[in-house]
Amino acid sequence: MPLSTSSNFARPDDAFRAVVEAHRGLSEAESADLDAALVLVLANHIGDIEVLREAIALAKRRMLDADQQQQQQQQ
Amino acid sequence: MPHSKVQFGYRRHPDQDRPAATPAEHAVVVVGAGPVGLSLAIDLAQRGQKVVLLDDADRIGEGSRAICFSKRALEYWDRLGVADRMVEKGVVWSVGRIFHGASLLYQFNLLPEEGHKRPAFINLQQYYAEAYLVDRIAQLPDVDLRWRNKVSALERRNDYVALTIDTPEGPYKLHAQYLIACDGARSSLRQMVGAEFSGQVFEDQFLIADVKMTAAFPTERWFWFDPPFHAGRSALLHKQPDDVWRIDLQLSPDADPAVEKKPENVAPRIARMLGHENFDFEWISLYKFQCRRMDRFLHGRVIFAGDSAHQVSPFGARGANSGLEDAENIAWKLDRVLRGTSPESLLETYDTERSAAADENIRESTRATDFMAPVTSQEARLRKAVLSLARETEFGKRMVNGGRLSLPSVYETPLSTADTDNWRGGPRPGTSMPDAPVSDRTGNPMFLTEAFMRKGTRFTLLTFGNGKVVDAPEGLGTIRVGGEDGLIDASGLAGQRYDAEGGATYLLRPDGYVAARFRHPTRPAIEAALARACGLN
Repeated sequence: MPLSTSSNFARPDDAFRAVVEAHRGLSEAESADLDAALVLVLANHIGDIEVLREAIALAKRRMLDADQQQQQQQQ
Repeated sequence: MPHSKVQFGYRRHPDQDRPAATPAEHAVVVVGAGPVGLSLAIDLAQRGQKVVLLDDADRIGEGSRAICFSKRALEYWDRLGVADRMVEKGVVWSVGRIFHGASLLYQFNLLPEEGHKRPAFINLQQYYAEAYLVDRIAQLPDVDLRWRNKVSALERRNDYVALTIDTPEGPYKLHAQYLIACDGARSSLRQMVGAEFSGQVFEDQFLIADVKMTAAFPTERWFWFDPPFHAGRSALLHKQPDDVWRIDLQLSPDADPAVEKKPENVAPRIARMLGHENFDFEWISLYKFQCRRMDRFLHGRVIFAGDSAHQVSPFGARGANSGLEDAENIAWKLDRVLRGTSPESLLETYDTERSAAADENIRESTRATDFMAPVTSQEARLRKAVLSLARETEFGKRMVNGGRLSLPSVYETPLSTADTDNWRGGPRPGTSMPDAPVSDRTGNPMFLTEAFMRKGTRFTLLTFGNGKVVDAPEGLGTIRVGGEDGLIDASGLAGQRYDAEGGATYLLRPDGYVAARFRHPTRPAIEAALARACGLN
């Protein structure tokens, strides 16, 4: 099964909000700890190494693109 | 060390009196009398080859070094006639426990089922293993073991290797059709053929201490992350024979080896771990890990096996055990090539099969070492997450990596014949034969691995069920389970482990690996699979 990138939540804002609120009041380091644990929990729930690799590739690609855009805007 | 010699004398050999222009010629010369070289020499001799075994020292190495010998290694040693002694002396274990801080995270059992002749692991000091192998060699006139014979030069020719060997009485020359280099991680033969040995060096240092004491710890492998007695690092505790305990402590990358190694500095660490000071040191060693391999294990007629070919970190017991798997893999192939019953290209499959095994061992031991000594802060963060999740989730426990222990390699190999029948289980081609309890016609209990051994450790057909007796090609061993005259599978375990309900015939290689399997074997199908497994097509 390929990585699903269609919108899977009936209320996507709730999902985004849930993650944002989980980080409220945390220091940078605590936030990073939370993310690390969350990634592992969710990765195991998916339980498909190919989907995980696709997800990593997508996240990495967008992260690099986002960095470049930011740099271009600053120039 | 009781009952076994550890010091051996140099003895002059008539080969040394030959004129330099006409040196003695030998079929096989093995260099290095460690566990791998000794086992290989025994295997070749049992197959009828004469072997010259050279070692530059005159005694068995000091220190317990490799202590964990796997089920697969023991099954190999069974065939070499030494396993009983190893198991009798060794500490048998199958359970590992992993702790985080002071509390148990999880435990695993490496052999949770009954009906195997050999246990998952034994712990045995390497010097005992070597001594028993040397004792076995003394019973084999075809192995010519020469101590204090150091290869100082080699020249590779088309159909032989020319060796110069230094001895206490000066150098002499030898010609070998094949030279097997089992001379360890610092192999001088590897340097002589000019081969690269590249890979990853780990910065963290580890301290190994063998401690003599009487203690009531169970015979299990205990591993700690961040133990109370050694904050922020890892530790390992293992029992060896003679009330000796192996303790492995991770140190910081910048620890000074000379200082750390001093007994007066090691003692307080161990005392904190044990909670008392009633112990003596047998051996202390400090080291860094490397995971690396040669690109190719075959260099013309020079063949590399064991640590000379590949090196791993010790967490996983993949060093000596994989070296022994190398030996069992090359021995039967070299024997066939020397007899002219298989082409020289059969040796290529040693490189194919054992290279893949080396890659797997390096991958596994690198992952374990990275988990124990995270390199970046994010790696450390992910590890922290795994360790904390492991307290309440099963998936977290399974992700904790305190060393994944050696299992027999599975080969994707041109020697295997792909399945054409339907199988729900059983060992697929390229897998080593599983053991199972059976009994002979008179009711004497035995094991399948023993039946294989009694057939002479050659190509063997293992047939289950009541079907017609397979018309086996000449020279093949045959083992029959079930039927009117076969071995009795009273527990049904043999049939289960080989998915034999619908009838099953397995073609086993001389190293006990499955080459092919059939539900309804025919003579032509068996012959084709046999030819393929012998490298004849």
